[in-house]
Parts: sequence; C-alpha cells; structure tokens
Amino acid sequence: MSASAEASKTIKANKKPFNLNGVLIEGRALIALILIIIVFSLLSPNFLALDNFIIMTRHVAMNAILAIGMLMVILNGGIDLSVGSTVGLTGVIAGSLLEGLSIPVLDVFLYPAVWVVIVISLAVGVLVGFINGVLIAKFKVAPFIATLGMLYVARGVALLITDGTPFSRLSGEPALGNTGFLDILKSSPLGLPLPVWSMIFFALIFALVLGKSAFGRWLYATGGNERAAELSGVPVKKVQIGVYVLSGLCAGAVGLLLTGDLSSATPAAGQFFELNAIAAAVIGGAALSGGRGTIRGTLIGAFVIGFLVDGLVIVGVSQFWQQIIKGAVIIIAVALDQFQQTLEKRRSIRTVTASIPPTPPRNENRNPLTSAGTS
Amino acid sequence: MIAEPLTRPAATHSDVVLRAVDITKSYGATQALKGVNFDVRKGAVTVLFGENGAGKSTLMKILAGVESPTSGHLELHGSKITLEAPTHAVDLGISIIHQELNLCPNLSVRDNIFIGRELKTPLGSVDYRAEHAIVQKLMVRLEEQIDPNTLVADLRLGQQQIIEIARALAADARILIMDEPTSALSATEVGVLFKVIQDLIDDGVAVVYISHHLEEAIEVSDYAVVFRDGELVATEEAKNIDLAWVVGKMTGRDAEYDFRDEPRNYGEVALSVQNVSMVDPTGAGRLSVSGVSIDVREGEIVCLYGLMGAGRTELVEALAGREPVAAGRVLLGGIDLRGRSIGERIAMGIGLVPEDRQRDGLVQMMSVGQNASLASLLGVVKNFLLSRSRELRNVEQQISDLQIKTAGPAAGITSLSGGNQQKVVIGKMLLTEPKVLLLDEPTRGIDVGAKGEIFSLLFREAAKGRAVLFVTSEISEALTASHRIVVMSKGRIVREFDPRTSTREEVMAASGESEIGTHPIGEDQ
Repeated sequence: MSASAEASKTIKANKKPFNLNGVLIEGRALIALILIIIVFSLLSPNFLALDNFIIMTRHVAMNAILAIGMLMVILNGGIDLSVGSTVGLTGVIAGSLLEGLSIPVLDVFLYPAVWVVIVISLAVGVLVGFINGVLIAKFKVAPFIATLGMLYVARGVALLITDGTPFSRLSGEPALGNTGFLDILKSSPLGLPLPVWSMIFFALIFALVLGKSAFGRWLYATGGNERAAELSGVPVKKVQIGVYVLSGLCAGAVGLLLTGDLSSATPAAGQFFELNAIAAAVIGGAALSGGRGTIRGTLIGAFVIGFLVDGLVIVGVSQFWQQIIKGAVIIIAVALDQFQQTLEKRRSIRTVTASIPPTPPRNENRNPLTSAGTS
Repeated sequence: MIAEPLTRPAATHSDVVLRAVDITKSYGATQALKGVNFDVRKGAVTVLFGENGAGKSTLMKILAGVESPTSGHLELHGSKITLEAPTHAVDLGISIIHQELNLCPNLSVRDNIFIGRELKTPLGSVDYRAEHAIVQKLMVRLEEQIDPNTLVADLRLGQQQIIEIARALAADARILIMDEPTSALSATEVGVLFKVIQDLIDDGVAVVYISHHLEEAIEVSDYAVVFRDGELVATEEAKNIDLAWVVGKMTGRDAEYDFRDEPRNYGEVALSVQNVSMVDPTGAGRLSVSGVSIDVREGEIVCLYGLMGAGRTELVEALAGREPVAAGRVLLGGIDLRGRSIGERIAMGIGLVPEDRQRDGLVQMMSVGQNASLASLLGVVKNFLLSRSRELRNVEQQISDLQIKTAGPAAGITSLSGGNQQKVVIGKMLLTEPKVLLLDEPTRGIDVGAKGEIFSLLFREAAKGRAVLFVTSEISEALTASHRIVVMSKGRIVREFDPRTSTREEVMAASGESEIGTHPIGEDQ
C-alpha cells in the first residue's frame, strides 16, 4: 500500500540523523576525555604510564560506582544527596562489626565472619536507600529534602557508632575467624585493583538492568513522563523506591571499598562524594529532569572528572585552581548540552514543518472501514 | 468564505476593527485553520460557533498573539500588524480570556490583575495603592465582593474566572476575546458577566465570544460565525439565526464515516458500573459523578456524551484506577475492582486511552516502539530480561494493524502526526489484550481522515469481543460511531439513546447543551 511505501521511504531518510544524535550527546564527554588525556600526556610523560593509569582508574572507580547509582535516581527525575554519608556509615558499620559487636544485654561479643560483615554493610546501604525511597514515594517529601536530611542523619549515626574516632583494627584475628577483610579489598586479581573490578561489575549489571529489563524501561518512562507511565500500568512508586535502594547499594559497596583503601573506617569518610557523583552523571549527558542518561555516558563523565583532577595534581596545578577548573568543566558540559538540545529542537521543528503537505489529503480515505478491511 | 459576500451583514467597513486575512495554521501534519477570513466589529459581540477542534480556539490564540499563523496576516484598523507576543497584543488593546485559567494561585488578586503590567511610582517601585484602588473599582463593577489582597488560590473557580475578566478590563481592552468564559460560572455570575459585556459594547469595545452553551451564546450575539473543520462556513447577523440554524451549520456535513449499521453481536456484560459517585477534589463537598450506573457488553461500543465538566473524564479515570470512587461498585467480568491499582486493572483487562495525549499518553523522549510496548512489557519478559524480538514483533504487528505512518519502531514519537500518535497510544492499550477499552476524547486534535480510521479500528476491536466505552463532546461522533449513547450532565446520567433512531437535537438537548423544544428561542432579545 501507499502508506507502507511512504513509510519505508522515510526510514531511509530518518535513520541516519537519529543515530547521530546519540553519538553526539555522549561524544561530547568522550571528546573532552580524549582532550584531557592528550593535554596531560603532553605536559607530563608519566601521565600515560601504565602504573599511573591504573592508579587513576582506581581513583575513578569509586566515584563511578556512586555515579551509576546516582544515574538511576537522576533518570527517575530525583537526586540523592545522602550517598556520601552512606559511604561513611557503611564503612563504620563494617569496622564496628570487625572489631566486635557488643551486646550488653546478653553480655557477649559477636565477631561475625567477613562475608557476613560485607552483607550487613551492603544491607545498611540498601536500608538507607529504602528509607529515602519511602519518604519520597509514599510521604511525598521532595527528593532534595529527604536525601538532604538523610545526609545529616546517616553521618550522625556514623559519628555515634564510632564516638568520633575511626576503627583501625580491621584485619581480624584467626582465633575469631574473621580475618581477610582487608586482604580481599586490597587484592588485585589479574593486576587490576578490586575497586576497578567492582566498577566493571556494577557497570555491566546496571547496563543490563537499564537496557534489557522491564524495570529499566519503566525507569526511563517514569522519568520521561510519570503520568503516562502510571496510566500504562507502570508501578511508578515501586520504581521510585527501587532507584534509591540501588543508589544506597552502590554507596554501601563504595563504603566497603573505601574502608579497604584507607585500612580504617572513619566516620568522616565520603564527604562531598555525592557532588562528584552528580557531576559525573551530568557530564555524561544525564538530564536532571529525568528520562535521559546512560551508563556509558556516566562512566565517561566519571573518567573526565577523575583524570582531570589527577592530571592537574600531576602537572602541579594548585589546589585552588583545581577547584575552579573542575567547576568550569561541569558548567561548560551542561551548557553545551542545553545548547545542543535547543539546536536539535529547532532542527526537528524544521523537518516537521518541511514535511507538511501544501494541501491536506483529507478525502483520500472516504470509507476507512472498507480500506481497513481489505488490507 | 464562499458564502460571505452574500451573508455578510450590511455593516459599514469602518465598524471592522480587527480583521484576520487568509489565516492558516498547521500543527505538524494537522491543519487547524484552512484559509480563514474573519472580521471583528466594534460595539458588537461576535460569537464563534463550532464543535471541538473546529479551529475556534486556534484562531483566537492567533488574534491574541499566543500563536502565530502559518500563513495569512492580521489587520488592526486597516493596517497590517504582526503580533510578537501576547503582551504585544495587550498593548494594542487586544485581550483574551482563556478557556483554561491563566492565574498564579500563589499571588493575590491585585498582583494577578497587574501581572506583567505593574503600575509604577515615580521612584520605580510598584504602586500598590493605585493598583489596589483600581481593583476595588473593578470588583464593584463586576459585582463581586473580593478583597484585592485575597490569594487567588482561596477563590472559587467561578470567582477566579471573574478575576480573569477583571484583568482584561484593567488592561483597557478595546478588543476582548472570551473563550468559554461561563463554563465555571453560576447563573448569577453569568448574569453579571452579560451585563458587563453590554456595558463594554456600549463603550464601543469589540467582543469575541466562544461558548459551548449555544443558547447562551445566541443570546449575547450580534453576529454569529460558524466554524467547521478549520474553515469558516457561515457568517450571519444575530436577528436572522436560531438554534436550528447554528446546529445545522456546525454539523452540516455528514461525517465521512457511519458505523450505525454495523452488525451487533453482544456477549456477556464485560463492565458493570453500579451506582458510582465521586467527590470533586476542587469543590468542597461537591460530587463530580453521582450515582452513575452503566453496563457495557462484550462487543458493544458505548458513547458517553456530554459537555465538558459533566463528569465523563472523572468517571473513566476512576474506572481505570487513577481516581478513587467514593461510593458504588465497578465490576469487570463480575470481579470487583475496588482497591486495584492501575497496573492490576490493566492486567485484568481494563485500560484507558487518556484525553490529553501529550500529558498522559506518551513519553516524548521514547521511540514509537518503546511507547507502544510500555503497558505490556511484562508479557515479553524471558529470564528476567526483555525479549527484544518478541517486543519488536508485537510493536510491528500494531504498526501494521493500525496503519501507523512512521519510519519504524525506532522513530521518535514526536515525529508522528497527532492521529498517528493517538494510534500508538491505542496500540499500547490493545497490546495488553483488554476486555474493556476506555477512551477519553479519542479524536481530539486529529484531522478528519484519521478520526474515521480510529473509529473503524474501534469497531474492528469490538467485533473481536472487546467492550468499548468512549467519551466524546462531538455529536456527530456520538451518532455515527457508537452502538448506544449515554448522555451525562452535571455528574449524572440523564438519558440513553439509540443512535439509529435519534436526532442531533434530541441528544444535544439532553446534555444541557441546548434546550431546544423545551422553550422557544427567538427574536425576543
């Protein structure tokens, strides 16, 4: 029929620019990353050395994991300011469990096995996220406020548990059967540090969730148009709670990794981590209004920030200038993004206007019933 | 256009203050206005008649500078003008009172009336005292006892409408456009409004008036203009018109589709609405739906006809699970739906195609395919992951079944015309294999050809045994595209009709749109 012929014609015409747009959005961050690598390689021969590269990637890894969790929340149109505090809290939980859990009522000290410590710490991260999610989805507290409150509460709980002093006896005792925590976290299978492996693991799993699961599609739909998603039967509240739980899980994992990195669990760990995570997602093309963003872009964003900061340190730029440059990069990234979207909108308006026929084909289908019946 | 030289009243040219010349307006592939010539005369009320989507509101938005025409131009006092923005139109003395209220509920009455045009003291600060005094005078003139410092959020809907009118008056409008100004007003308030309109006319102001309440509109009119499908089809002096003339011109041409004689094979009762009442969230203690009972059988297409605000949208949204039911029961195949979420209801076989496609129907960032499969994703999950091939097969099936004109499932949803977007929304619901399909104004904002396609699609699905309940404000749709018409008015079901044996006038009269037959209309104005 003429309709299908027309459709196939437009397929050829439309396919190319459609793919190009996606490449451009992520491409911008990628170009920035390549530029950073080229510039710093020229300024410092050490920058691209394998050792340095692995060290820098290790620095990137924790922010990248947080940013992946943050991306889930941002796709939903929310924000999670509590992840930095959750990092501190989960680290402290792990530390306190390793030093021994005192239960005064029973007058016993519990020394859980290392795997139990890891599971409980992650569970605490999940719990913090769950509370955030319930506050936001069920009690209608704005995400900014709910997670801002949680930022203080989680940090306060961490300080209460430690009484302000870090736990540093984390290696356990063979007699108690809780050794190996630091060994695991400090291990480097195949030459790559555990945080890097964790980043790869999280990226793969979350890419699968976003791209291939119903939850992922629901997440994009609720972020893009919550009312339409709801009327399509999407369980929007469960999705909303789910993203904060995932963000909390990522924060819990980072809390463990950071504790391993520092060989001590300090209540102040992870301060301001949430800001770097948000920046990575945004540089990677995520829209704070929700519905747009990818794991790949977020990873690139995390690398842009990490490599930029480490490069500036290696080149010897002062701390003060580092802050200014980092801030400028974030702003430029988002400004370019807005500029590009305005361009795209204009372009699509132009294509639609150009496709309007001079006279509408009004009477072509005088009896739609028969034409529908015969096709 | 064609008939204009013959029917144009013998008015002198100097009466015409604003003239629209050869105006066309396209939205994407939809043409909302097709070469309209329209005159506004001073000291007179020009009333626009036409069904939803006939192009009245679009033309008014162009006159008020809210939209710019695709082609054609405007002439003010004989000289050509181009309106850059609504404020520009206001500066030229053209004010519009929109159908939807454009007030800031968090600001006071005074601030709303002067928003964007604040009076200044010599020092440059806002002259609140002068503003206050003007607002007080306006309120006296409009016979409303509203303190200028009241927050708009604290006013009744009708009072808010009055504030809109006051805003236009404060701007010293010489041309005042009123788009459905009475839909939220009580009878007394309508009376006051008409008195104000009379005052304005006596002052030489030109008033353009749109209303779905035909009799009321005929009562205030000096000139009547009728729109149909984006064209101006008739202009007449008020003394020569009556309700029958207006209705005839509005719906003159028969619909290009007619499904009245389709075979009827009804099965069991699929949807049973029993004595349902709903609370109006905007008006304290008011019911938006009261004591409504309808049964829809398998294979039956029922049309819910009525005016805007009759409670039809509220009812279908409650059936879909978005709004709570205050009293009564809803049974789907005999199972009570109380307490079921929207998702559960869709899984059980009842889903809604919403009225506002852009706001409630589509995820604009997603592709055609992702939109179409959104409601049925759980059906294509295999090993916890989506099966792309199954999803694609479903979507492509819908694209070909519904004859959706698109570059393919990967095309952006916004690249489609309104009619094709609507088909995607319907396809999304059909993919959930509904037993009962609810549609709220399924043809809103789409062109005539696509309307016929959508109804033929509904009849095809009904023939498969699905029950269909659709809401419409267009009488021709109700009469030609349903098995049974249920008329709602003020939250209640007032009458049922068989479309094969009913006339437009009967059905419209039942809806409260006109009261033809109950009392004569006439020349007595």
